[in-house]
Amino acid sequence: MSRHTLSVLVEDKPGVLTRVAALFARRAFNIDQLAVGNTEVPGLSRITVVVDVQGDALEQVTKQLNKLIHVIKIVELTPETSVQREHIMVKVRADAATRLQVTQAADLFRASIVDVSTDSVVIEATGATEKMRALLDVLEPFGVREIVRAGTLALGRGPKSMSDRALRHGDPLSYPRA
Amino acid sequence: MSKGQSISPALMANKRTGSPVERRTSTEAHGVVLPEVPGANQVVDPVPMTGSQAVIRSLEELGVTDIFGLPGGAILPTYDPLLESTRINHILVRHEQGAGHAAQGYAMATGRVGVCIATSGPGATNLVTALADANMDSVPMVAITGQVASTLIGSDAFQEADIVGMTMPIVKHSYLVTDAQDIPRVLAEAFHLASTGRPGPVLVDIAKDAQVGPMEFSWPPVLELPGYRPVARGHSKQIREAARLVAQAQRPVLYVGGGVVKADASAALTELAEVTGAPVVTTLTARGVFPDSHEQHLGMPGMHGTVPAVYAMQQSDLLVTLGARFDDRVTGVLSTFAPGAKVIHADIDPAEISKNRVADVPIVGDLASIIPELTEAFRGETEAQGAPDLTEWWRVLRGLRDSYPLGWTSTADGLLAPQYVIQKISELTGPEACYVAGVGQHQMWSAQFIKHERPRQWINSAGLGTMGFAVPAAMGAQVGQPDRTVWAIDGDGCFQMTNQELATCALNNIPIKVAVINNSSLGMVRQWQTLFYDGRYSHTHLDTGHESRRIPDFVKLGDAYGCATFRCEREEDVEATIKAALEVNDRAVVIDFVVSADAMVWPMVPSGVSNDQIQIAQNMTPEWVGEDEGAGA
Repeated sequence: MSRHTLSVLVEDKPGVLTRVAALFARRAFNIDQLAVGNTEVPGLSRITVVVDVQGDALEQVTKQLNKLIHVIKIVELTPETSVQREHIMVKVRADAATRLQVTQAADLFRASIVDVSTDSVVIEATGATEKMRALLDVLEPFGVREIVRAGTLALGRGPKSMSDRALRHGDPLSYPRA
Repeated sequence: MSKGQSISPALMANKRTGSPVERRTSTEAHGVVLPEVPGANQVVDPVPMTGSQAVIRSLEELGVTDIFGLPGGAILPTYDPLLESTRINHILVRHEQGAGHAAQGYAMATGRVGVCIATSGPGATNLVTALADANMDSVPMVAITGQVASTLIGSDAFQEADIVGMTMPIVKHSYLVTDAQDIPRVLAEAFHLASTGRPGPVLVDIAKDAQVGPMEFSWPPVLELPGYRPVARGHSKQIREAARLVAQAQRPVLYVGGGVVKADASAALTELAEVTGAPVVTTLTARGVFPDSHEQHLGMPGMHGTVPAVYAMQQSDLLVTLGARFDDRVTGVLSTFAPGAKVIHADIDPAEISKNRVADVPIVGDLASIIPELTEAFRGETEAQGAPDLTEWWRVLRGLRDSYPLGWTSTADGLLAPQYVIQKISELTGPEACYVAGVGQHQMWSAQFIKHERPRQWINSAGLGTMGFAVPAAMGAQVGQPDRTVWAIDGDGCFQMTNQELATCALNNIPIKVAVINNSSLGMVRQWQTLFYDGRYSHTHLDTGHESRRIPDFVKLGDAYGCATFRCEREEDVEATIKAALEVNDRAVVIDFVVSADAMVWPMVPSGVSNDQIQIAQNMTPEWVGEDEGAGA
């Protein structure tokens, strides 16, 4: 099994996320992470999915996803050719004795403190998955109270735009479907 | 195209000038067909009406002439303008599942989109089996359901069911319409989606307030399907590569599936077969697309296929796969299927390519153009060096065909042999009729012993295996093909699932002929119990046949539904009974053929073993003639 990041350009229609997620479930794939939002093109949304699958199975699920009428385009973004970022917020136990250490740890990861109370702080951080894991490891000894994380966001490097290419109809190399 | 502008190819198509024909030509050059509104495309200037009027009007503009349905609360508004429509013939069914299968039968017999309509909640859920069936067998179908008012959706209102949600995995696409203004576009898109690319069922769920709400109707609507671009033309380089392989193959087999029927490519297939000289096998959904009487036809492959068809695939060095999908019923244990064969796989659905068996040469596109192009490329390829010599291959296959023809042994209990009945029906009726089957033994015998000579002659539920398919699907086929004789070859188990549609047939003058192959049991399950469960017949006896209580008595049941009825129990009466049934044209016919329960379907590849283990009778495998000297196995 290996982790793959798929960027799925979809029409922003009711139920589109259900259709996409259900397809993964039907093929018994676990969605590791999921992020959805609208794009620079009105009416289009982009779903970033991180899945753990085998190579062959990924091809089949990609083809099945492409059959969904609301799916415009799918690309796999590799770590080498794309920028991938995760966003997390962590509530850490921090009283007068430990607060300085916690804030220093946050500083080292270029994370910010977004809430402070007498015995806790909330740290907000953005970065690659490995960096987030490292941050959590450092915070762990202080006592992590809560974690909330958004799915990985990924964008291809260079000037090309996924929606640009996807919308150029008549391109025989664009994903065929039936 | 700049960002933020229209993203609809339909919009772009609209900006072009010229006739629709020119438009199609210009877009096919790129291998992509832009969405076009199906039907005559007569321009209708904006006119105010209600959503429900727009439903009926849209169906009329789309060229729909027949629909099958049953009204209820949430679809009531749409049934009102239906009363006035002179162009749409609505057939009131007795159960929504019947409407669904009728729409399928109609579509399969005609190639046009079948339409069914039902109310919300239970009406909609009763369509689920037909939707799943149509999805498995790629049947173009549009199902329209009423939905509770949009203000009530999610409140567990009376007869509310999230039919869009529950059918997502079994439809090609689905819509929930909550705004009356969307109705013409959604219906046009539904018909376009159902009938193009790989065909399939599309569900249109229309909230009650959208049906009663006001809207401005105009036609044709603009289709908004930026994510839908079925590939029309196969890649020419791939086709040349395929032709090169066919020109080199020593033991080629044309493995033909239902996609060739959908592509209306029967004539092109015959030409390809004759030009290449390769043997042809036709799967359960493809029976008839290549004539059984053709010298190159080896019959049906798979679990109940012929010995030469199964053997040919196992020994082949090249499978030319056309609109087939390597279903487990064809391949047996996949890892042992056709071990020495390279695979050319042509299909309009890219997801079928390398799904089960890896394709060496994939070709995505419409078989209607791929098959003739492959024929041409093969001609070009063999022009210089000549076509491959298949004499040895044919010597082996002909030997198998002579040694192992389809057949049956007479029954030990003196009751009718079901195979004989089915073969006689085919003989006396001919290939211009439609033959519709349920699911089980009678279906396999029909696939084997009916002479399948033309596409759309044979209609059955293959992928989903829906018992009860025959009667309603035959009804739909008869509506679509009023001038043809339509036989429903049904089993006594199947018949009891959907025979209520005989009332629909009687009241609407739909003169289908039902041959109940009555072995008083769930025959195929019983066969498996005989073979794999030591003859322990757990719950497969139905008490409808010989020396049973005859609950129900199918003759009395047919009588009650106003059908002409016959019972036939002896071989010497079979011919006369069928002839008498063929004389009846003014109403439906039900024949109770009381057959032996012990007859079994042979050949058979038992589940879970290699196709090499095919049996021609219980524990009898063929001797592979020519195995050593001939086929190079």
